[in-house]
Amino acid sequence: MAVSRMWSWLLPLVIGVTLFKCLLIPAYYSTDFEVHRNWMAITYSLPMSKWYYEETSRWRLDYPPFFAWLEYYLSYYAQFFDKEMLVVQNLNYTSDATVLFQRLSVIVTDMVFIIGVVACCQNIKRTKESKEILEKPDFILAVLLLCNFGILIVDHIHFQYNGFLFGMLFLSIVKMFKGRPVDSALIFTILMNFKHIFIYVAPAYGIYLLRSYCIAENKPDGSVQWRSFNFLRFNVLAFIVCAVFAVSFGPFIVMGQLSQVLARLFPFQRGLSHAYWAPNFWAQYNGADKVLSIIGVKLQLLAPANISNASMTGGLVQKYRHAVLPSVSPLATLVCTLLSITPALCNIWLKPRGPRGFLQCLILCALGSFMFGWHVHEKAILISILPLSLFAVENRNDAGTYLILATTGHLSLFPLIFTVPELPIKLCLMLFFTVYSFSALHALFRNEGTLLNWSECIYLSGLIPLEVICEIIYPHTRWHERFPFVPLMFLSVYCSLGITYAWIKLYISVLREPTLVKKLKVI
Amino acid sequence: MEISSMVALVLMVSFTVRWAVSLNSYSGAGKPPMYGDYEAQRHWQEITFNLPIDEWYFNTSNNDLEYWGLDYPPFTAYHSLLCAYVAELIDPEWIALFTSQGYESDKHKLFMRSTVVVADITVYVPAILYYVHLCEGPWATKVSFLLCALLYPGLILIDHGHFQYNCISLGLILWGVLGLLNDRVFLGSVAFCMALNYKQMELYHAPPFFCYLLGSCLRNLKNGGLKQLLKITLVVLISFACCWLPFLTSFQQCLQVIRRIFPVDRGLFEDKVGNVWCSLSVILKVKEILSQQTQIWLSFAATLLTILPTCVKLTIDPTIKGFKFSLINCSLAFFLFSFQVHEKSILLAAIPVLLILHELPFMATWFLLVSTFSMLPLLLKDGLLLPYICTSLAFLLVTTYLLSAFVKVSVEDLQLQRWSTYIPQLPRVAKSAFRVSVIAMATLSLISVALNPPSRLPHLFSVLVSLFSCIHFLMFLMYFNILHLWEPVVQRQLWKVK
Repeated sequence: MAVSRMWSWLLPLVIGVTLFKCLLIPAYYSTDFEVHRNWMAITYSLPMSKWYYEETSRWRLDYPPFFAWLEYYLSYYAQFFDKEMLVVQNLNYTSDATVLFQRLSVIVTDMVFIIGVVACCQNIKRTKESKEILEKPDFILAVLLLCNFGILIVDHIHFQYNGFLFGMLFLSIVKMFKGRPVDSALIFTILMNFKHIFIYVAPAYGIYLLRSYCIAENKPDGSVQWRSFNFLRFNVLAFIVCAVFAVSFGPFIVMGQLSQVLARLFPFQRGLSHAYWAPNFWAQYNGADKVLSIIGVKLQLLAPANISNASMTGGLVQKYRHAVLPSVSPLATLVCTLLSITPALCNIWLKPRGPRGFLQCLILCALGSFMFGWHVHEKAILISILPLSLFAVENRNDAGTYLILATTGHLSLFPLIFTVPELPIKLCLMLFFTVYSFSALHALFRNEGTLLNWSECIYLSGLIPLEVICEIIYPHTRWHERFPFVPLMFLSVYCSLGITYAWIKLYISVLREPTLVKKLKVI
Repeated sequence: MEISSMVALVLMVSFTVRWAVSLNSYSGAGKPPMYGDYEAQRHWQEITFNLPIDEWYFNTSNNDLEYWGLDYPPFTAYHSLLCAYVAELIDPEWIALFTSQGYESDKHKLFMRSTVVVADITVYVPAILYYVHLCEGPWATKVSFLLCALLYPGLILIDHGHFQYNCISLGLILWGVLGLLNDRVFLGSVAFCMALNYKQMELYHAPPFFCYLLGSCLRNLKNGGLKQLLKITLVVLISFACCWLPFLTSFQQCLQVIRRIFPVDRGLFEDKVGNVWCSLSVILKVKEILSQQTQIWLSFAATLLTILPTCVKLTIDPTIKGFKFSLINCSLAFFLFSFQVHEKSILLAAIPVLLILHELPFMATWFLLVSTFSMLPLLLKDGLLLPYICTSLAFLLVTTYLLSAFVKVSVEDLQLQRWSTYIPQLPRVAKSAFRVSVIAMATLSLISVALNPPSRLPHLFSVLVSLFSCIHFLMFLMYFNILHLWEPVVQRQLWKVK
């Protein structure tokens, strides 16, 4: 059993990372800490009928019901640490016991993440076997995932529960690779009912399952054999999805609260971009708009009075109208997102390549939604980075794409941790992960040439002076008072270039991949 | 993977761990009127910056020696002055005379923590790095050794948690050892003098340095050994003179400084510490039975007797291996039997043990774990329980996994071939003893935190910790002495031997 071979290095690695996470318990935490404390208080103190109506705190419950149930489950244990944290009126309540409990809950739920990572490591294609532990692909993958800078920073400092959600995503992906699509669909549907952001990648599941599971056979040339559409399989999938949603939303539908729940889950009154611009297409769009408006004012083509001063760089989450370029509505972003993922979906429909094609489509859906979505958080880049790690240890081209995506994506997470005591930790962890990913992947593909070309290296090297200027030099200049969000804007736009490039590079390599020549034996 | 990447990764991990520990509380945080070592260091910056040099060690209206008066040698004072200059650039309120007493703020804490990290990065870490580089063995073992050495919990918790600058004096001692390793005897001596002038506790390391150099010179008596000895003496005197220059203006100054750094009117021990006198006082109240003078003579005699064998052996047979053992033996002997020992002084024995971590992983790991555990009462007082647990477990993990500490327990690995007939099944006994010891440490740590001591014995847990540590240290003292004294004598020119 592969696990026993891995056990020799896996257990120390897991224990070491867990001890490090414990060491981060006294670090800075963001308002998300209060968010989750509030949700525990709501689910503990109030009946279910009031969960999605409670508005004492500004951090209202806006995750699907399964997450609410998770908070309810955690609140049972929380009462043994500090009962005061479960009082809804205790806004921003904090105590040593509260911090300890919340941090430990993230560390403990990370068990699911570890299980997911182990499943991924066991699933790697073993074409490159090396005696050196450090050069084994499963070891490298384990480190890239367990010590992922994004997960450590977002979950264990900023405070969130992404670890266990990604664990479920990995389990779902691995089930798909093992030829158990029903299990995969089940786990994914449960995952969506924990955090609805995973709807980004639902189209990949939908199209792939339809094409490769429901349609049992292909014609000799590889195209669809409609007559082999397996209604039983389709019904099984439909039943599973509906059953999970029924368990999740059922109680709220019965209470007639569905519209309220949906309004909470999809708050479109927020702006196009989050307070810190996620490094996506809209960051470039906003940036271009800003530049054009400044040029327009200078050339006196625009009246300064027409330009709203409460800009998107003001750090406030609100609707904003662009000055020069046309304003963007939620519908427009939806259309753009759908357009961006359509080629990938068509690709796995017309040229099915099995689970590998599915995972490529998943990553492209995640990236497409990140690039064009409405009110995207920069943390959403992790949905693309983590699954791409699975390809990075198997394939040289993907390793190069991964290095660009991961490095720029991780740097774009820097503004999340803005306190000075955590700055050295943030820098050291980023350096650790970047040095590790570069040197490990270079060593893995040593015989196949370099992973990055010159222009890519130059772009990535530019990240260092960018970060130094934005984080260390700019705060001490005189412009910092008047234009506090300029460095964030530059960081966002520069990183978005790298992410866009990685997205296009991945897209091209996926679209160019040949179909498997022989008749596919479908699952 | 390339060695440079591995070393970079190890360094990143150790810096991150240090910064994560420094997020915690420090000694005396929020505890007026005296606060703790953190406030002491801040106060020394205030004193050295605002007062003229001839008032630093004297009790004047501007300098109340009762409130954290300077009691370290001049080098500490100069370092505090340097930090004070930087502090003044950032915020003069931090070191304003009188008004800054008890000053605490997040920004100030960040500044102070940074000074420790800077000291660590500039003095201690390069020394460890260079030492590991000079060691023999495959590079994978060397990188593992580097990681384990840099993750030693005791130093991290005291310097970056409790708040002190042991990394400077210990780093300088390491440079001294490196000097001797590389035959740069003069540089090594200068480094040792600087270490001694930073913290007077480095006298614990003086006998091994002295005996090694003396022994080497005596060995080469025909080849100008005497001249070498005289040159070394001259170098030492000049280094001391340079350091003490401002205080050599008057005899009173010198005397006062010496009085401050050697406070002989304090007792045999303060607080609960894992040395023999404190442990003895559980059954026999030594402090009450004997007079102050007798106590001093008793501790002097006991210490001298204990260091004599190892020093004599080192003088007769000055090898580098013997030198390292001697450093351990002397500092441990001083810790156990000397006067006015603080629990942090165990670090003086722990750093030499770090130097042989890759040669004797089992015993060294055991010792280093106990040394951290012996400081538990201090760490609990400072609110450093969480980093203590995390760093100790992490250290146990890396030494067990990377250096095979729990596997290398054979008679050869323990270098006790001569004695294997006296102790049957030595590896099994050793492993079982280690397991029992670790479980006992974990249990005692848990009890100290979770339970309240009985009201009749309020210091029960600290006393148990010190007793436990003392017994272990005595065992280690015996072990390392045996190893040194029974090391075969090498009869050849000694200058080049590692």
